[in-house]
Amino acid sequence: MENFKIVRLDGTNLTTLKIIGFLDAHTAPTLEEAIQKLLDEEQVNILVDFKDLNYISSAGLGVFMGFIEEIRGKNGDIKMCSMSPKIYRVFDLLGFPTIYQIYERQEEALATFTQKSAPTSNE
Amino acid sequence: MPKAKIEYKLRIPSQTENLEIIRFFVGKVAEKVGFPEDDVGKIELAIDEACTNVMKHAYREAEQDKTLDVAIQIDYQKLTLIVTDHGKGFNPDTVQPPDMKEYLAELRVGGLGIFLMRTLMDEVDYTIKPGVRNQVRMVKYLINRKSSKVVN
Repeated sequence: MENFKIVRLDGTNLTTLKIIGFLDAHTAPTLEEAIQKLLDEEQVNILVDFKDLNYISSAGLGVFMGFIEEIRGKNGDIKMCSMSPKIYRVFDLLGFPTIYQIYERQEEALATFTQKSAPTSNE
Repeated sequence: MPKAKIEYKLRIPSQTENLEIIRFFVGKVAEKVGFPEDDVGKIELAIDEACTNVMKHAYREAEQDKTLDVAIQIDYQKLTLIVTDHGKGFNPDTVQPPDMKEYLAELRVGGLGIFLMRTLMDEVDYTIKPGVRNQVRMVKYLINRKSSKVVN
């Protein structure tokens, strides 16, 4: 029974992880491994696309909490996009939107990564 | 909502691969009883967090044949979830929900389950008898139920 799947899409300086299905205590280790692998490859610009995620519990949220400090320490970030209202509510309940950048659409999120790496940015 | 008290029970191996089945079972009952979709989602998440705690902490690794019990009691306007295990238990006073402001500021990991359970449900309490029977009981009231009059 496959209840969780990750599709990895590598860009030039950014990897998108499309997470699909249910993210709970059973499936969280799969996501943990995928993010650890990116870190091992020194890919620290990560966009997590929630469009096809149907469910998340605190075990799933814990995966992001477990990596965010290290990734930001390496000048990267985990950003998120395309959450259903149901998923966003869980993030919101815990105050997570204050520590993560969450975008409604994937294009918006991608654009923020591009801005960050563009040398002409006047941030 | 049924007029008489009804109980649904599920006994299941204490392994995380069964969380999906537990959520489905509890979610279906909550839906049938008339909870709105939002609340069904909250109830599913609360039972997941309670059972995850048991699966992760109640039994030792070697005790993989252990089971947990999920009971759902429907009593007119109230849904009660009871999760029972026979593991080592814990002292509920030592697992106070975290202060979320501090939690986020320090980017801590784990320990969110109990906070969520208390936030999602109307009542949460524990009865702990280590090795004998540990129970977490969570209640959700059906305030906006469809039929407002009940004749017993």
